[in-house]
Amino acid sequence: MLSDLGTLFINGALLTSFSIIYFSFKELKISNNLVPKKIYKLSLFQLFFTISSFFVLLLAYIFSDFTLVNVYENSHTNKPLFYKISGTWGNHEGSLLLWINILVLFSSLFLFINKNRDKKFKILTLLFQNLLIIIFLVFLLSNSNPFSKLFPVPLEGLGLNPILQDPALAIHPPLLYVGFVGSSIYFSAALAALISKIDSQSLAISIKPWVLVSWFFQTVGILVGSIWAYYELGWGGFWFWDPVENSSLMPWFVMTALLHSILVLERRIGLYSWVIVLSILTFTMSVSGTFLVRSGILNSVHTFASDPSRGLFILSFLILMVFSSIFIFFKFAPNENKKYTIFSKESFIIANNWFMIFFLAVVLIGTLYPVFLDTITGSKISVGPPYYNLVLAPFLIPLLFLMTSGPNYKWVSNEAKSFFNIVLLLSIVFFIITFFIIEENSFLLNLILFFSIYLITQTLFDFYESSKKKNINISRIISHLGFGLLIFFIYVNHIFSIENNFNLKLGETKKMDNYTIKFNNLEQQSVKNYKSIVGYFNILDKKTSKSEELNPEIRIYDKPITITYEASIKSGLFSDTYLTMSNISDTDIFNIKFQVKPFMNFIWFSVLLLSSGGILNFFNRKKYEKN
Amino acid sequence: MKKINYILISILFSILFIILYFSLGNQRVYDTKDLIGKKISEVEINLFQSSGTINTKEFIKNEFTIINFWASWCGPCRKEHPNLVRLSKIKNLKIIGINFKDDKENAKSFLKENGNPFDILTEDKDGKNSVNFGVYGIPETILIDSELKILKKYIGPLNIKEVNEIRKIVKK
Repeated sequence: MLSDLGTLFINGALLTSFSIIYFSFKELKISNNLVPKKIYKLSLFQLFFTISSFFVLLLAYIFSDFTLVNVYENSHTNKPLFYKISGTWGNHEGSLLLWINILVLFSSLFLFINKNRDKKFKILTLLFQNLLIIIFLVFLLSNSNPFSKLFPVPLEGLGLNPILQDPALAIHPPLLYVGFVGSSIYFSAALAALISKIDSQSLAISIKPWVLVSWFFQTVGILVGSIWAYYELGWGGFWFWDPVENSSLMPWFVMTALLHSILVLERRIGLYSWVIVLSILTFTMSVSGTFLVRSGILNSVHTFASDPSRGLFILSFLILMVFSSIFIFFKFAPNENKKYTIFSKESFIIANNWFMIFFLAVVLIGTLYPVFLDTITGSKISVGPPYYNLVLAPFLIPLLFLMTSGPNYKWVSNEAKSFFNIVLLLSIVFFIITFFIIEENSFLLNLILFFSIYLITQTLFDFYESSKKKNINISRIISHLGFGLLIFFIYVNHIFSIENNFNLKLGETKKMDNYTIKFNNLEQQSVKNYKSIVGYFNILDKKTSKSEELNPEIRIYDKPITITYEASIKSGLFSDTYLTMSNISDTDIFNIKFQVKPFMNFIWFSVLLLSSGGILNFFNRKKYEKN
Repeated sequence: MKKINYILISILFSILFIILYFSLGNQRVYDTKDLIGKKISEVEINLFQSSGTINTKEFIKNEFTIINFWASWCGPCRKEHPNLVRLSKIKNLKIIGINFKDDKENAKSFLKENGNPFDILTEDKDGKNSVNFGVYGIPETILIDSELKILKKYIGPLNIKEVNEIRKIVKK
């Protein structure tokens, strides 16, 4: 029953999308400035159909309706309700439906919010957006239908991959999808802007909120993903430069560049074509990321059961999308000849853009190179953290510097400022203090440390200065502060992390420089959908003579049978103690991985700060900022 | 100028998509079987006990060489260790140990406890060097001849069957 209802809603959505396209085309020929009510209504119907179809799937999951292949393959009656719900988007088909929901939601929101914009621009945006919606609906119906039926109906489902049964991971995909798919609306708007030739300020104002929203969700999505990796994967790290992580980072770089370029665009200083290129690029990167993850080209914890036909579909879509964008761009893009003064805010923003594009290129090459090499020569290589750290780290220094000084320059002026001031002096003092605490000898690392301190100090100083004048660009200050803190804490975390691997038997004690670890007890437990072996460890910090109890687990899930190693993490405000154990088969020895990770909470907090700047700007949009 | 850009960008994307298309059907599972029969790459490895290094091309003077990647924290390595000790008794076979991402003290006590089968012991502290051998997990063992050609590659702990296989190859 639910299956038929779902299919019905999807077909309804497809039908309304076609109608919207049909009426939009007709409307393009009529020259008045009013979008007819009909289109608004159709858009609402479309929204209703897609949201309903999603709810139907959600209900099927909640009630474990195994007449749906999708529910059978990805759920189980014993699963806690929370994970039944998150199972809805924990698989390819369901997440595709979520994609479509966001596409449609943003399409209607754009239509309703931008009531006063140029009609041709609005209609064209709607047209492009609905083309995207139709392509994805057809993909869903023909290749990845979550409502496909199963007969005879099985009594029990196969279950959700236990590694995905985690609160952080349950909300991670929807957050990222809002970021990824949210970028579709400014992709459509950018193409529409080219054809309808709207002025730069209107373009900036109409896409800015969407860029901010998608950037915010993308940032938080990446954050939650990192938190999950830290707690669940049990490596003690939060970023692995895994190709799939990279594919969420790549659109983020472009979004960040776009976010800054829009500031220039809305002041009519230029960058019209550039903003359009970035808008197109963001969505292209999002779809490419999806392609890499879903086609099975990359091997990763994120890859859903791979299916080449799926990859082929997304690749065809990507080709269509990229070539039509290139065609439209070269046919309609206006000629711009702007000269930028060197010491103006806009030149700093352009410099920021070049950095973001450079980062994008580095990550893109690192991600695609192994795939290309394999296809062309057959040799397999993997590109890991050493490459990224080596190539990216030095460029953090000028970026941090630009973020420090750029915001204090004026728009369109050429007023050079002296670099030597009280803030620089203070930063040097702070740096020297930190240097003597940390005692790190690497020149590069020290430079990064100094410039992150400089950025933090300058941003705090800016906050103080502008609060006196009562014109605070609070979102910029918060985001830049967040970024400075992020680099600073990643750095300190990197320096002070302790990692130790060793083998222990029950009852034994391991003595290290600053810690003593005692393996006290081992217990078997039976929980709803898994069995677990829990180790009881006592960790004594010799410096503070504080002791902590840590209980890492080895879990054996039954549906499907999977063994996971659950790290036991004691999170303090300033430092995390991290313990994982794994058994060595046929012996009574356990391999223990002990780590001390300082300032993890500060890293998470910095990213939250960084992202909240974006959302603050969203709520605090002033059409014209004077400074 | 605009036209040239247009053509260039289109060509660039076409190439990109063609490669992506061909990579779709490709087998993704990491596999180093194709390394067999090839020469091992020339790598400088740090010695474990002293501060010097050894270059892999020096293995040319051995009739047969085994390169074994291990660590004290790795359970299967513990299991495989007696088999390495067995192999160390063969005269025309030299065993090179590469201690992978390990703590020096732990590695020393591991060898003290289980015996030291290695003719030369080296270390790869951050795991960067092992990549040059096509190693992505430990234990792993590579058997090479005097021309530095890879004869066999064993992923996972050596079992007694594989020890006998190595014995046979070396005896020929």
